[in-house]
Amino acid sequence: MEKVFNNIAVITNDEGYLESFDQWTPELAEEIAKEEGIELTEKHWEVIHWIQEQIKNEVALTIRGIKKTGPVDIKTFYALFPKGPLKVSTKIAGVPKPKSCI
Amino acid sequence: METTKVKKMLFILSKASLQDAYAAFVMANGARMEGIEAEVFFTFFGLEAIQKKKLNDLHTSTVGNPGMHIPTMIGGLPGMESLATNMMKKEMDKLDMPPVDEFLEILSASGAKLWACKLAVDMFHLKEEDLIDDLDGILTIGDFYNRADSDGSQIVFI
Repeated sequence: MEKVFNNIAVITNDEGYLESFDQWTPELAEEIAKEEGIELTEKHWEVIHWIQEQIKNEVALTIRGIKKTGPVDIKTFYALFPKGPLKVSTKIAGVPKPKSCI
Repeated sequence: METTKVKKMLFILSKASLQDAYAAFVMANGARMEGIEAEVFFTFFGLEAIQKKKLNDLHTSTVGNPGMHIPTMIGGLPGMESLATNMMKKEMDKLDMPPVDEFLEILSASGAKLWACKLAVDMFHLKEEDLIDDLDGILTIGDFYNRADSDGSQIVFI
């Protein structure tokens, strides 16, 4: 479906995740974050870039992965994205929602 | 963003088998990942999962466990439990499931609350130093119910 974020039109799935990463821009990330009630800080960006890197390298995203190689610890990760760390951060990063239960 | 009516999931873990402990951990962690509050109350044999000396030695039960698909008498033979436990741990590792100590650490860092049952702690003559450092405290069941005293709270007994 088509979704418009402050004049930026993109194609997303039903849950609001981008259909393809090609559509992603840092400006769009700011808009998606706003919709989630988040003002992006430097720390948020570190996490977003790390997530995009993991996806590029085809590494499955898990909470444990954050602990092992992520740029922030789990506590900070939750503080940055309180409504659901992996769920929300992946949406802002323009990558698919992780299918993992852990 | 999808909204859920569940605001808080509270688990009571009363058993010491590896599969029961993991059921509680995975569900509590899954709740946190969805932005839902989570708490675990460890009682009776569930206390094994938060005793420093015992938590990494939880076993998969092979007796009285129809899911194992082996005859009960065979399941009771020496070595069967550790065989099944090792197999299960190997499979869990493939899915990047953390071992018990690390899982508790992750839960605590994720903001899940971990409680020990006062009655069971007294019954097994445990001291606070026997329990994990990440424990949030020792509660009576009444205290625990009070923590569920809000709309959208669910208690699950394992």
